[in-house]
Amino acid sequence: MVTEKAIELKKKANKLRYHVVEMTTAAGSGHPGGSLSAADLVSTLYFEVMNHDPKNPGWEDRDRFVLSKGHVAPVLYSALAECGYFPVEDLITLRKLGSKLQGHPVRGKVPGVEMSTGSLGQGLSMACGIALAGKLDKKDYWTYCLLGDGEMQSGQNWEAIMFAAQQKLDHLIAFVDRNRLQIEGDTEIVVGLEPLTEKWLAFGWDVYEIDGHNIDHILGAIRNAKTTDSPSVIVMRTVKGKGVSFMENNAGFHGRSCKPDEYEQAMKELKEAL
Amino acid sequence: MTKLAQRNYYGKALAKLAEENPNVVVLDADLAGSTKTSEFRKVAPERFIEVGIAEQDMIGIAGGLAASGKTVFASTFAVFATGRCWEQIRLAMAYPRLNVKVVSTHCGISVGPDGASHQALEDIAIMRAIPNMTVISPADAYEAYAATLAIADFDGPVYMRLGRADMPVLFDEDVKFEIGKAKKLRSGSDVTLIGTGQMVSLCMDAAEMLEKDGISAEVINISTIKPLDIEAIYESVSKTGCVVTAEEHSVIGGLGSAVAEFLSENCPCPITRVGTRDTFGESGDPDELFKKYGLTAEDIRAAAEISIKKKE
Repeated sequence: MVTEKAIELKKKANKLRYHVVEMTTAAGSGHPGGSLSAADLVSTLYFEVMNHDPKNPGWEDRDRFVLSKGHVAPVLYSALAECGYFPVEDLITLRKLGSKLQGHPVRGKVPGVEMSTGSLGQGLSMACGIALAGKLDKKDYWTYCLLGDGEMQSGQNWEAIMFAAQQKLDHLIAFVDRNRLQIEGDTEIVVGLEPLTEKWLAFGWDVYEIDGHNIDHILGAIRNAKTTDSPSVIVMRTVKGKGVSFMENNAGFHGRSCKPDEYEQAMKELKEAL
Repeated sequence: MTKLAQRNYYGKALAKLAEENPNVVVLDADLAGSTKTSEFRKVAPERFIEVGIAEQDMIGIAGGLAASGKTVFASTFAVFATGRCWEQIRLAMAYPRLNVKVVSTHCGISVGPDGASHQALEDIAIMRAIPNMTVISPADAYEAYAATLAIADFDGPVYMRLGRADMPVLFDEDVKFEIGKAKKLRSGSDVTLIGTGQMVSLCMDAAEMLEKDGISAEVINISTIKPLDIEAIYESVSKTGCVVTAEEHSVIGGLGSAVAEFLSENCPCPITRVGTRDTFGESGDPDELFKKYGLTAEDIRAAAEISIKKKE
């Protein structure tokens, strides 16, 4: 059974997908594939789970979100705009000269962007620092960090994973967008990550493995993750390009936008999903 | 001559900050006893964070802490602090202009017996190339102490390099430190000797030698390499007409390069750079290494003669 809440959040996720395709097509470049696979999570976080105030982005007690896979900035920008951090009309300036919406997110340029990211493998360390500050200050906020699966090949992530467990960063929740595709193709052919869940477990994390397009599963996993005293990771099985038939499971759309005819088709499909 | 190690005074300054500034957090990568961040840990153990041998992670954590309002010091040996995590410094602290101070010890060949793997001779070059970075290299232990307190008060990303070994004391205990301000330590009219780190005291020795030869040398301590105090350099060079730079660092990209860049664009004049010459160091006693790699007062004196000769 799908809850009312999940139906509503799925609609919002599809709105984000619509923005993603529109803005990356207008830019003539960008990373739609991974943006679409992460849209359900980003929708769930920003429209339901996270305690945040778009009118006061610097609010000390806000929950924080670090986008380690910074190349999917379009989906983050879409969520921030839909929440009211800045006008939705600005989305179309993505990747243009002078725009605050840089190709990869920049802290200080865009209200609501917590850290500058884009070079893979670094976001979890930053999220650890944010979660640690919360612990030192005895704050109750949560730190969320979205990782791409390909970037789990980067050694710095495993440094951060060890550190978070050592420091018992219990208000840190990581997500892995496990769409199995990176630029060169199947992650298991490039440099295999499996058994990924067992690796996180062995490093001392509380681990959940879910369908990353099932909003009720995302909500349930986050609820459970908040009850443990260790850091938690939610490994989300996802489909790269989710929501647009010809982009699904297509590594080619990792880092390129739609051509005009593809755009027509994509917008048709996404409009139907709204 | 009194000799003191900069790292010990970094530790003392951190201990003072531990008592006076509850916002300061210190990170180290398994070298707290060597970098002397252990002095901070003694006073404020709850704000000392051991990250293990994971320098890249350390800088990311530092960025996250700073983004949450902390003043963060992150320390390890200079080779690791700048080379291992150069890109983390670029993305997680410099680009977002976060309040992180990377303070490294064990700079230059004075590291001695550990050899080239541990002797940072490129750190100034790679740190000053990053936008938003302030780069500091104090001349003695007391200046290192004052600089530590000064950078704690400064809101922004900083790299500071310190030495491991005891080095000559140049200043009084209560020396002031102002970021971006050079100090003229000796007036002269024939040549300007511009030094950084412990090479400043060797510039003073060289100036004494030159005086015996009837040459009047001005000595300037550049303890902030970026932003460079171009007014101080311009004023001195306008008078002397030639320069020697001296650093315990490669001549590629360091103080000598920074000074040459400024001079060649603004007031071209003869310049001779003293530093290591596109080479790695090796194991040995610091004194032997300074001789072998051309970093003695005698080398500075000889460089001054070359610069003066080129004026003619």
